[in-house]
Amino acid sequence: MKAAEYITDSPEQTSWIGRLLGKTLVAGDVVCISGELGSGKTVFTAGIAGALGVSGYITSPTFCIVNEYAGKLPFCHFDAYRVESAEDMNETGYFDYIGGNGIVVIEWPERIEEILPEKYISVTISKIPVEYGSSAEARKAAENRRLIRIRRVSV
Amino acid sequence: MDIAVLGIETSCDETAASVVVNGRTILSNVISSQAALHEKYGGVVPEAASRRHVENIIPVIDSALEESGKSLSDIDVIGVTCGPGLVGALLTGVTAAKGLALAESKPLVGVHHIEGHICANYLNDDPGTENDLEPPFICLVVSGGHSHIIHVKSHGDYEVLGRTRDDAAGEAFDKAARAMGLGYPGGPAVDRAAAGGDPGKIAFPETDFGNGSLDFSFSGVKTALLNYLEGSRAKKKPGAASGYRKGIEAGEAVESGDVNNAAEVWTPDGILIPEDVAASFQRAVVNVLVRNTLAAAVRTGLRRVCLAGGVASNSELRKTITQKGNDIGLEIHIPGPVFCTDNAAMIASAAYYKYINGKRSGLSLNAEPSLKLGSS
Repeated sequence: MKAAEYITDSPEQTSWIGRLLGKTLVAGDVVCISGELGSGKTVFTAGIAGALGVSGYITSPTFCIVNEYAGKLPFCHFDAYRVESAEDMNETGYFDYIGGNGIVVIEWPERIEEILPEKYISVTISKIPVEYGSSAEARKAAENRRLIRIRRVSV
Repeated sequence: MDIAVLGIETSCDETAASVVVNGRTILSNVISSQAALHEKYGGVVPEAASRRHVENIIPVIDSALEESGKSLSDIDVIGVTCGPGLVGALLTGVTAAKGLALAESKPLVGVHHIEGHICANYLNDDPGTENDLEPPFICLVVSGGHSHIIHVKSHGDYEVLGRTRDDAAGEAFDKAARAMGLGYPGGPAVDRAAAGGDPGKIAFPETDFGNGSLDFSFSGVKTALLNYLEGSRAKKKPGAASGYRKGIEAGEAVESGDVNNAAEVWTPDGILIPEDVAASFQRAVVNVLVRNTLAAAVRTGLRRVCLAGGVASNSELRKTITQKGNDIGLEIHIPGPVFCTDNAAMIASAAYYKYINGKRSGLSLNAEPSLKLGSS
């Protein structure tokens, strides 16, 4: 299936794309978000959470590995950045959340590839490289520009 | 009469147990990553296994009791972290504590992890000196997972005045260290690198939400650092030598470094000095922490400010908040570094104060991954 692609120029726009995706989610959906450090994964997640009626700030779960929120549906935000092995996920309650009746978002899914569900929505956020020798303005604008690709994956 | 509390902490990476008397006097303080424990129980547990609380919990509790010179029957109260944290990790500690409380008919007290960090300030961490700190005070709790400014009104009465809206301060340090190739754990690595650098070299953003908000944001400074490193790499001339040596002239061939290491980053005016980047980044994070914390003291009219959490062992934060706080007549209290990072002595202290204030958890105590401060 072809991926939908979006280009954003600010964190606010990235969050907005997250919000639009959030509106399409149904109970049991899993969203996996890939991207380098600082690409805007948590910002995108905040957009999804906003669409689900979660109030308050969506803070990074890197250290805690998982944050849980109450929205229109239970909303669960995982971050596998610090996870050494799929086995580590046992302690987080991961296997109870997957297949549950809420929405699950996973950052750094490539670190736990072997335990991702059969069907999920893949989001990749990447920076758009500037050519060597570009002007300072072009480089500055590129700092906040992101390519967001969304596609449904089923293994 | 003295009250001896056995504290147990398993909310995240560390398995820890400790015996503390009257909330202040530390008889033992055992943490699973400690070398001595590993020798005693057969080899060093690898880093990856640090979260295996189930394997660690019994040896750690045994060790804490043995070192304290007390037997389980001498213990008056059992305190345990019941949230927030990883559900599986928390359950290991809570289940162990409930088992001991049931078997020995001891009262059980569940403790909020952040309340524990705050209570590290009550410990007599400097042997031979009495610590008589009492609320009210302002406490900055900064760690890998938390960045909170808390008004501690009395034992057990807390108001959160500021919190992070995105990344925790400790997390920002860890990610910065990784991006600069400084190694893990990131906090101490940035601290060490920064010691040799110029903190005024690069102006990284110091987020201020305005409108009197005491909230933090560390996502912006993280992204600014990544952009800075990337921008510097982009300017590096193709074919130029990699590597760096402090103070070297632009374009000169230098020792080689590995590809992902900040050591090979170039700047417009020559070669980037990782020490300067680390120092500038650390300065930006510390400035925001100190600014908001002192503002909280001024707003509440409190004269005492305490630090807690792993980032409280950062030397720049300790130095800056002490200096700027003293400048405006504030008393700054910071626990010893061992009691800033996760430990069980702080949990035992928190359990003591809850116990003498009549709080008991009972055997229905459960692990609560999203526990709110003040509700345990």
